[in-house]
This record gives sequence, structure tokens and C-alpha cells, in this order.
Amino acid sequence: MKVEQISIFLENKPGGLSLVTKTLKDANINIRALTLADTSDFGILRLIVDHVDKAKKALKEAGLAVGLTHVVAVEVPDKPGGLNGIIEILSKAGVNVEYMYAFIERSGQNAVIIFRFDQVEQAIDVLLKNGVTVLPGEKVYSL
Amino acid sequence: MIYNEEFETLPREALESLKLNRLKQVSERVYHTVGFYKKAFDEVGVRPEDIKSLDDLKRLPFTTKQDLRDNYPYGMFAVPMSRIVRVHASSGTTGKATVVGYTKRDIDVWAELMARCFAAAGLTSHDIIHNAYGYGLFTGGLGVHYGAEKLGASVIPISGGSTKRQIMLLQDFGPTVLCCTPSFALHLAKVGEEMGVDMRTLKLRIGIFGGEPWTDKMKAEIEKKLNLKALDIYGLSEVMGPGVAMECIEARNGMHIFEDSFIVETIDPKTGQTLSPGEKGEMVFTTLTKEAFPLIRYRTRDISQLIVEPCKCGRTSVRMSKISGRSDDMVIVRGVNVFPSQVEEVIMKVEGLEPHYQLIVERQGTLDTLEVQIEVSEKIFSDEIRKLQVMEKKLTKDIKDYLGVIAKVKLVEPNSLQRVEGKTQKVIDKRKI
Repeated sequence: MKVEQISIFLENKPGGLSLVTKTLKDANINIRALTLADTSDFGILRLIVDHVDKAKKALKEAGLAVGLTHVVAVEVPDKPGGLNGIIEILSKAGVNVEYMYAFIERSGQNAVIIFRFDQVEQAIDVLLKNGVTVLPGEKVYSL
Repeated sequence: MIYNEEFETLPREALESLKLNRLKQVSERVYHTVGFYKKAFDEVGVRPEDIKSLDDLKRLPFTTKQDLRDNYPYGMFAVPMSRIVRVHASSGTTGKATVVGYTKRDIDVWAELMARCFAAAGLTSHDIIHNAYGYGLFTGGLGVHYGAEKLGASVIPISGGSTKRQIMLLQDFGPTVLCCTPSFALHLAKVGEEMGVDMRTLKLRIGIFGGEPWTDKMKAEIEKKLNLKALDIYGLSEVMGPGVAMECIEARNGMHIFEDSFIVETIDPKTGQTLSPGEKGEMVFTTLTKEAFPLIRYRTRDISQLIVEPCKCGRTSVRMSKISGRSDDMVIVRGVNVFPSQVEEVIMKVEGLEPHYQLIVERQGTLDTLEVQIEVSEKIFSDEIRKLQVMEKKLTKDIKDYLGVIAKVKLVEPNSLQRVEGKTQKVIDKRKI
């Protein structure tokens, strides 16, 4: 039920992002979701792509520091209070969210949110028990 | 004024003969009392009795900073600890500081040499010395202090730091002499200006600056801003501390080396060959009077050149010009010796961090800044910003704890640091000294 996310270390300088996007373009990789977190000196770009291993290999070959993290893709009802319902479930169970971001595509009538948890297994368990749909990797990569 | 007329103006011939006698004695003594030297002499096949002329000095082995570290802490002492009255240690080293010791007599000789420096700067017992060199393991503070007392001047033992308080005391106590690192002198000038104090109207007339490299441009700036005459002093803890050489106020051209206590040589740092006077090279010192911590041909890594022409002040000793650089990659940041290898040690302690790093030294305004750039490797890389920031903070703290200098730690992309023949360049000094 886990999704593999690629993270890339980027210095805060012109041209940093373009190396990533160009590398992915040349490797014919499609970006499915992304978020950029930054400080004054550096940033971390997190990506969900259609072909994880191929993307990782290409980025490493381009000389970037690349990490692979397991995140969780959750279906969220696309209506007011949809995300709140999910967060309340996690909050009650004492599950901590490190960060989260929204997926570009929808899954049927639902939005998709990517969650990063410290305790991934526990989080998936809690979500499933509460009837939340957690999307498997293969489905997410090809949404 | 010349403090010790007899020794400072010895005719060259008498000085050479005094140096030879003392060299014979010190060679004999280190051979029999310091295990390191017996081994080092034996290895190159030279005995103390082989020293027949000053030229034979070349036959003796060099001593390096690494030798001192290998014999940490007391292995190079030539007298039992019961005769040691004080120890000092060089700044900014990671548990492998070089420790130096002094006997009662060593302290007296050091005080006299410092008194000679002050006299060369035109000081008398009427002067009040504001001593902003650090007191402690660093030799600067106490070295200046004892010399000033020996001369009979008044000392304000303010030590380093607390700039605003220093400026208050500079106004209230009316010192006539300022002793500190040149960058701290500029810092004082700047902070004084910000506080609205006219630093040009203080009673300061002489500044004695050393402990880090500085340029003639800085000298001019200090003189203008503080309205004093700036003089250069040279020394290093291994050889004694401040007071190995001092610029005289009469000529203000090169620092007089107290040759009755030190033999100086200039060598090619690559080959170790002795150079002729006037040629630029690494300064090498042999101590002639030190009891506790005698050194044979100590390689300072400081680059300078000797001036052998007689000086108009009347002193007969050779002079050395201002230090123009280093033959290794050590940098001096705000008076603290920083070796890239020490920074590397700190970095390597963080698990998974690879030692691709670079030190960037800049001068912003009047103060030196040190930035340590470290390439992020996959092992330490995290998708969480927080973890990387915690690591940056930890490195900053460790560098401060081990090296005593505040550095900005910056994580950079892999392979982004400049490489020369596959190796990262360890230091980039943008100060243009």
C-alpha cells in the first residue's frame, strides 16, 4: 500500500530545478505529483513519477543527491470537510504527519493526497480500519 | 629606544659566534633529553658534536607541527614537569593541540624579549597598554602582559571580546598603546564609530598588532581610523609566543628577529633546501635559549623573506618582512588557526557524511567570516528539511566547540565543489591578504 517518492537535494541557485526537469524529460519520465520545500540555503524537491527506478537512475547519473521514501496516497472526498475527516482519524490515533501534498489527478470522484508519516505501517493500518481508501503504488504511478 | 643594548646591537661576528655556541649547547641538550630528537638525529646520522659551524645547522632534521602533535602533550619537553611553571597550547586544534611548556627562566627570557619589542615600538614605563589579546592557553595575552610589566608600563588586561566595554575603557582609562589582532583593531574602530565615539581622539598613539596575516592596506586603514602608528609583531606559541620578532618604530620596515634567542632560516617548502637571504620561503626557527621546549629547525609554514641590510635603528639583527602567506592550507580566522583537517574530523564524526567540503574565508567589513560547504551525500540525505537543518546546527556547534571559531555550515549539491585533479580544493581564501 506504500508509494515510492523520489526526493532530491537542491541548492537555492538558478538552474537547480532545470537540471532535474531536463533529466526527467530526457529519460521520458512523467511527473505525477510534486512539492518543493525550501530553506534560505537549500530545498528538497519531492516527486511521484510514473517510473520510479528509471527516474532515480537518471537523476543519480546526473549527479544529484537522490533519496527514496515511502509515502502513502490517500483518497480524499473532493468536498468541504473531506480532508478534515482524514486528519481527524489520524489525529485521534496519535499518528503524526511529517508533510503532505495534493496529487494532480483525481481518482474517480476523489482527490488524492500524499502523506509522509514517520510510522507508515501504523498509519496505513489506522486509515484502512476507518474505511479510508489507500491507493497502492502501481495505481498511483499510472493515475 | 633599545631595551638590551648589549645583545640587540652585537656586532654580527660576535652574534654569529654566540649563535654557534648556543646551537651546539641546544643540540647536545635535546639529543640527550628529548627522545624524539635522539631518534631524529640518529635517523639522519648526525651527532651534536658534528655541529662545527652555523652552516652545519642544515644537517639537522626539521621539526614539524605533526611531530609536536605526535608527542602530545608533554613528549617534547626537555625538562621534568617539576621545573615547568606554565603551559600554553596553540589555538584551534581538535584534542591534539600543541602543548608548550616554560621554565621559570623561559618566562623571564620571554618577558625580556617582549620588553624589547615594546621598547622597539617606542614604549616606556609611562605608557598604558590596553591588552586585548586573549588571556588563557593562547600565548598572546600573557606574553604581552609579562613583557609590559617587565618594561614597567601599565597593563590593562582586558583580554578579547566584549567590544563595547573595551571602547568604554579605551575612553575612560586612556591607554596609549593597543595590543590585539589587526582585525580586532578594525572591529573596535567600527563598533566605536557605531557608538558615536570619535576613535581618533583617544589617547592611543601606538598599536602592536599580530597573530594573523594582514596587509599594508589594513595597516593604513587602522592608522587612519584609530589615529595611531601600527606596528607588526611576530610570534608563535611553538617557538615561544609573541615576541620572536618585532618591527622597530624608527625604520618600520620588517621585524627584527631576536637572534640571540632564535636562529632563522628560509627554506623552499617543497624541497626543504635552505634559501639565500632575501629569497621568499618558509620561515624555520631553531630556539637557542629555551629550556623547557627547545625546538630544532621548526617549520612554521609561514611564508616571508629575510632582510639582512643593517637597520637605521642600530639593531644588528636580521629582519623578516610581513608574513605573506602559508605553505600549507591552514587559514587564520579571527586569530584562530583553522586547519581543514580539523574541520574534516568534525564532519567525519557525523555518520554517513562524506568528506567533500570546502572552507570559504571572506572578510565582510572588518571581520573574517568562515563558511563550511559540505556536499550532501545520499547516505545523509533526508526528504525532511528538519533533519538536514538539525544536522547543519550540530555541525556548526561541533566546529565551534572543537575549533573555537564560528562557521556557517552550508549543505551543497554533490559534485558542486570545485575540484582540482579530482580533489576538492579545501580552502578558498577570498580575503586577498
